[in-house]
Amino acid sequence: MNTSLSRGHVELLQFFRDKTALVFTFAFPAMLLLLFGTIFGDQYNDAGVSASRVFTASMIAYGVLNTAFVTMGAGLAMDREDGTLKRLRGTPMPVSAYLVGKALLVLALSLAETALLLLVGVLVFDMPLPDASHWLTFTWIFLLSVIACSLLGVAVSALVRNARNAGAILNVPVVALQFISGVFIQPMSQLPDWLVNVASIFPVRWMAQGFRYVFLPESASSQELAGSWELGKVALVLGVWCVVGLVLCLMTFRWSDSDR
Amino acid sequence: MVGGDVAAAVELSDVVVSYGEKTAVGGVSLSMPRGRVLALLGHNGAGKTSLLQVCEGFRRPDAGSARVLGLDPVGDHDELMPRLGIMLQSGGVYPWAAAGEILRLFASFAANPLDTGMLMDRLGLRKVERTRFRRLSGGEQQRLSLAVALVGRPELVFLDEPTAGMDTEARHTTWQLIEELRADGVSVLLTTHLLDEAERLADDVVIMKSGKIAATGTPASLTAAAGIDLLEVRADPGLDLLTLPFPAKEASPGEYSITGALDTRALADVLGWFAATGAHVTAVSSRRRTLEDVYLSLTSDLVGASQ
Repeated sequence: MNTSLSRGHVELLQFFRDKTALVFTFAFPAMLLLLFGTIFGDQYNDAGVSASRVFTASMIAYGVLNTAFVTMGAGLAMDREDGTLKRLRGTPMPVSAYLVGKALLVLALSLAETALLLLVGVLVFDMPLPDASHWLTFTWIFLLSVIACSLLGVAVSALVRNARNAGAILNVPVVALQFISGVFIQPMSQLPDWLVNVASIFPVRWMAQGFRYVFLPESASSQELAGSWELGKVALVLGVWCVVGLVLCLMTFRWSDSDR
Repeated sequence: MVGGDVAAAVELSDVVVSYGEKTAVGGVSLSMPRGRVLALLGHNGAGKTSLLQVCEGFRRPDAGSARVLGLDPVGDHDELMPRLGIMLQSGGVYPWAAAGEILRLFASFAANPLDTGMLMDRLGLRKVERTRFRRLSGGEQQRLSLAVALVGRPELVFLDEPTAGMDTEARHTTWQLIEELRADGVSVLLTTHLLDEAERLADDVVIMKSGKIAATGTPASLTAAAGIDLLEVRADPGLDLLTLPFPAKEASPGEYSITGALDTRALADVLGWFAATGAHVTAVSSRRRTLEDVYLSLTSDLVGASQ
């Protein structure tokens, strides 16, 4: 356990010292929220909820995707390319300590990212915070989202042949999914059916829907495709992706670029 | 008392490593006893690092088998790692973390680590303790890598070109450390391009060429077997060297130099040849082969095999 904590500590200070990465992975979702919220802020949907509040809730899904999926995937590709992973492999450090260390980083970043987005929502867009039972729901949606996205990040990092391209490769699914999963464009009923079907396979749609349940009034459920929050489906899809992610990780994990 | 502890430090038999079509190691067998320093010599691409990777458990050999401290480096990874110290050729560890933080992190993996402060002092890393890895010079990074390999009190150390990029002082410190490790009974397997390093440190030398072992022995036995490699003879000028059965040239009038692996028999032949020409030999001097000469003659494709 001590080993995992030392690893987590080094991961965190490593991340916070790299100011460029910090600004780009961390501040980017908040900046997008400010932009979208300001541009569309005056519009109200049929349920009478302002677009800026809808963006705040949905954008948390983007925040988690960004910190968990992109940071995990790119970090792992980098560690693999520069030999960090290999060097750690040549020590008595158990594999679990490496993954726990990374997980601590991702969890801390995702929490901070969410807090930052909520801060923007509350201070700039007057979004009220939910009650305790909604926070409880938030906790499980948040944890399932972080776990699923991190595992998928680890799995996708195996496809990255050159760590320089990691950001670009990882951001393709991220950006595409934002558009079709109700993060940038909500209600999703504006999308063609086939695109909705595609989006519904992936976790992002369900993450965004879950976070909207937590942070929007009950009446806003009328704007969802099913006309309800479908929390059971949220749990199911995210849970399945956690399992799929884990299996993909175990199948694709490599310690270095040279061993195939 | 006679348990698993008598197992050789490294035992390789017919190890083959290939990358796709290319064979990096083409059937290498070697046995390295405990408590010795073995130097693996060879050009770039001779297969040294690939062989080391097999020992370190980073690669499973494509054929043949490897035992390290009596264990399978891949299958018994978890059992083996606490007993090994591995210094990779390159590879950053957390570019944004400071030297001291990195060393303490690796110390935290070990059950009974060395004192990190002492190790930093020994390797002259104290003044860069708070410097981030990416700001360290090449030599400092190497010294940190060495510290990381040693911090867990290993029984067996693998050092891939340990002194590459180091200045003379750091190189000597490293050599001293390796000598101390041997004195403490630690086994050391290192690769190097530097023949003086091998000659000074190694109990055993293995010379690799194109993925195979070209020669093996102690530095003394390798140089002794090769005998003399340069004979300078002063005699009458203008002798016709074509009939001399060794590569020879007249460097300046009357000064002949004869090269090749000249054993006692060959020396007699050379001097006999001078006698047969009726020349007056007025001076003879010879130079013993160094490890470098042996190495070059074994690994160069241009100079034919001289054995």
